[in-house]
Amino acid sequence: MKQFNFHEAKNVKDAVKASSKKSAFLSGGQTLIPSMKLRLSSFDDVINVKNIKDLQGIKVSSKSVTIGAATTHAEVAASKDVKKAIPSLSHLAGMIGDAQVRNKGTLGGSIANNDPSACYPSACIALDATVHTSDRKIEASKFFKGMFETALKKDELVTAVEFKIPESSSYVKIPNPASRYAMVGVYVAKHKKDVICAVTGAQAVVYRCKEIEKELGNNFSSDSLNNLNLDYSEMNSDIHASAEYRASLVLSAAQKAVANCK
Amino acid sequence: MIGSKVERKEDKKFLTGKGRYTADITLHNQSYAVFIRSPHARAKIKGIDTAKAKKASGVIDVLTGKDLADDKIGGLIAGWKIVSKDGTDMKCPAHPALATDTVNYVGDHVALVIAESLQEAKDAADLVNVDYKVLKAVANTGDAMNAEAIHEGIDKNLCFDWELGDKAKVDEAFSSADKVVEMDIVNNRLVPNAMEPRASIGDYNSSSDELTLYTTSQNPHLSRLVMSAFNALHPEHKFRIVAPDVGGGFGSKIYPYSEDVVIAWAAKRLQRPVKWVCERTESFLSDCHGRDHITKAAVAVKSDGTVTGLKVDTIANLGGYASLFATVTPTYLYGPLVLGLYNIPAAYCNVKAVYTNTAPVDAYRGAGRPEATYLIERIMDKAAKEMGMDRAEFRKKNFIKQFPHQQCLVHNIDSGDYDAHFDKALNLADYAGFEKRKAESAAKGKLRGIGFSTYIEACGIAPSAAVMSLGAGVGLWESAEIRFNPTGNISVFTGTHSHGQGHDTTFAQIVSDKLGVPVENIEIVHGDTDKGPFGMGTYGSRSLAVGGSAISKACDKIVEKGKAVAANMLEAKPEDIEFKDGEFIVPNTNKKKTMGEIAFACYLPGTYGEIKSPLPEGMEPGLKETAFYDPVNFSFPAGSHICEVEIDPTTGETKVDTYTCVDDFGNLINPMIVEGQIHGGLAQGIGQALYENAYYDETGQLVTASYMDYCMPRADNFPEFRIDYTCTPATSNPLGVKGCGEAGAIASPPAVMNAVVDAIGTEVTMPATAEKVWRALKDKKSAQKKAA
Repeated sequence: MKQFNFHEAKNVKDAVKASSKKSAFLSGGQTLIPSMKLRLSSFDDVINVKNIKDLQGIKVSSKSVTIGAATTHAEVAASKDVKKAIPSLSHLAGMIGDAQVRNKGTLGGSIANNDPSACYPSACIALDATVHTSDRKIEASKFFKGMFETALKKDELVTAVEFKIPESSSYVKIPNPASRYAMVGVYVAKHKKDVICAVTGAQAVVYRCKEIEKELGNNFSSDSLNNLNLDYSEMNSDIHASAEYRASLVLSAAQKAVANCK
Repeated sequence: MIGSKVERKEDKKFLTGKGRYTADITLHNQSYAVFIRSPHARAKIKGIDTAKAKKASGVIDVLTGKDLADDKIGGLIAGWKIVSKDGTDMKCPAHPALATDTVNYVGDHVALVIAESLQEAKDAADLVNVDYKVLKAVANTGDAMNAEAIHEGIDKNLCFDWELGDKAKVDEAFSSADKVVEMDIVNNRLVPNAMEPRASIGDYNSSSDELTLYTTSQNPHLSRLVMSAFNALHPEHKFRIVAPDVGGGFGSKIYPYSEDVVIAWAAKRLQRPVKWVCERTESFLSDCHGRDHITKAAVAVKSDGTVTGLKVDTIANLGGYASLFATVTPTYLYGPLVLGLYNIPAAYCNVKAVYTNTAPVDAYRGAGRPEATYLIERIMDKAAKEMGMDRAEFRKKNFIKQFPHQQCLVHNIDSGDYDAHFDKALNLADYAGFEKRKAESAAKGKLRGIGFSTYIEACGIAPSAAVMSLGAGVGLWESAEIRFNPTGNISVFTGTHSHGQGHDTTFAQIVSDKLGVPVENIEIVHGDTDKGPFGMGTYGSRSLAVGGSAISKACDKIVEKGKAVAANMLEAKPEDIEFKDGEFIVPNTNKKKTMGEIAFACYLPGTYGEIKSPLPEGMEPGLKETAFYDPVNFSFPAGSHICEVEIDPTTGETKVDTYTCVDDFGNLINPMIVEGQIHGGLAQGIGQALYENAYYDETGQLVTASYMDYCMPRADNFPEFRIDYTCTPATSNPLGVKGCGEAGAIASPPAVMNAVVDAIGTEVTMPATAEKVWRALKDKKSAQKKAA
């Protein structure tokens, strides 16, 4: 790890003020710290936002669940309110990494990092979320731009994410056996107006699988996907799973997810 | 004590974070080293520019292969000479500890940066400029013999072309066979992944001219011998190697590495302590790997199911250089074992060992024996199926039934009862109920398969006369020293090394039983060449059979001296004294002395007032005995393992549903520790079958160089193991023990793979990842469609 200046931000304004072209916000540090230790990245300034009060906590209304950006995966997984409002979201948080990762890693950190195989981006898309930042509100559909790329500006900090409560939903993750990140993760949410099927791990960035959504829009059952063959030209291919295999996993994960939806 | 589940004495320190590993040691005035490693699989070094790095902040020196050569430090060696079938010696390239002209794998050692802090060393490492001319790499085992020679003068990249067995007799068996079953078998390459990465600290004392190396070694005495005699690093009597707590080795820490040589040399050259701690990816790249065989095998079978011949043709990958035990692993630790525990009258094994631009391959848990077992158990399965016979019956029909049994290749197996453990395993696994369970799985849309594996090992490595006649550079006896302290507690010195095996407890149990001293009063000392007698380290399931026997023998000498002292004190004849439960007794009298009293007396040899000297006239005072034990034969653990898997055909994911093993390890000293060894071995073996794979791409880059890509098995990948034993004591050592450390890793890959293949009805290679299984099922389906 190369040397850097450490800032403890007291509030959002403070954090934004301290940021520069060569700075990074530190929340749970589950990606930032390892990449700095491996010298894959280095910064002049690291700004700790984990302790900012405004970034903490979970609020549930009749229509949405709003989670502060610095809330850990373990807190989301353990929240009775989340479990009651959107059980699939608490299930997702409880399966990220391992206990150590869940005790440190945060929602804001995960989506700002936008790892192509992270779980949370699929929840944001499927639950038609709104990302609150230090500056504005961004619809999830416009937030995830590309691999490790988001709509955030350099000095913009995620403060919270507001998830819409669907009629029913389920997240099925097929983990990479080595890293246990999502090799494929499929989040199916049935909303009043439509069905959203968000897929992570399979392409460069989280996406909505329109082919599946179309079938489920007509008939919300796992059998409706039986004869579907997904186009895999855009799918990731690596030593763990070829594009063709990933496509088949997306389909079987989607079928399981639909079967789980009640 | 022997046979009881004594809690491990060493666990408290490990579980409370009080272990003292090499990386935990900090010496006064210590400097920090970072290795510059080759990013290329094969390249010529045109030049190394260290000027900038040398001027960087905190840098003490930057050393290269030229400096090493100037100081006349020798290269690394292969310690076991293999002779090719044409009578020529194996061909080993020069293996300098820091490369001078060429690099031969990604991670090969090029230079060393030493600085005041690790940070500064790393910063400066970025400033070393190595000018490489990149050459085409040979990355694939199967291609090596047809590729350009990577080492000058080593034609076809062939280290040796070795054979074992009677080819004519085998040809005869095959020509008179009713059926010949052939099989192509790949044994995948693995990275050992000890929990503690390697580390070394060199420390030179210029006043006494003593060089100390703290290092992560399974074998400190042998490391010192090699580094003194072959690397010419420092004379043995002035050279101390300390292997403190070591966090796992699995074979990968048996031999000294380039880093050991370079760090010890640098400390001597700079006259200050130099510390190096390996990082995880560095460990993936530079630790010796395991396995990596490609084999064509065939068995000759009679119509009644008797196997009459076995032919094996293997290409074994040695990697970029021949490591210390690399040449014996695919030959004498492999070839003789391909017979498994079957009475096959004719066998022939040919092994071609090749160099490639990959990390060196050396001994890894089982070393040769897992490769042999995988081969014979996969082909026995296939043969049974092709003969239309039950796979269990087919195995039993061919088992060796009588002992001792001279196999047609090398080994004379002293004891065993193969039907006993196989039948016990069939019962424990409820083989009879398999079809019902299969139907239940099918009802859930799952595929269930059952796989058998039986194995034999040659452990207790090794009888010196036997191994030296086969090319070993050293004998493989073991030493022990029992030092009684005057107050009656004991320090036991062993030449073996414990890095997870629980010697502190197991060995103490032996001494406790032999001498009647409580376990808590016995300290097992190992891992420091300055403390105990020369020994040969820990590997090949040898520590108990050979090292434990040396301890047992030293205990006998203590008792013998004790009897003489007791006889003198009790006014009896030594031959009349009986020793039992820690007491020297004159039978049919109430005269006795405890072990403690005798130990105390041995240190008080003079007449004291009214009390006359306890020692017989002329006897040396003190109570300390040394024994060296050289076994008369290998020991032959054997066992039967049965695995049941359930496969989800939609994803190809394999779940190990049940795993049963019944092993014959001879006598057990501590069944709890044995069970732990089985668990660890099974985890590694099941890991090989389903998850682990060291994958080099065609340019020789290791794609699986971190835990993000190299899949280590986790606890949730395993069921609760069903474990039981049978016992036929070994006749080759006084303890009747056979060794248990490697069995799990040896037996489990074929058990799992036979189960997977049984479930899906088609072949698949290790590791049977979800995608491979999914694809195999898909291909099978489309082939069936085509046929229809």
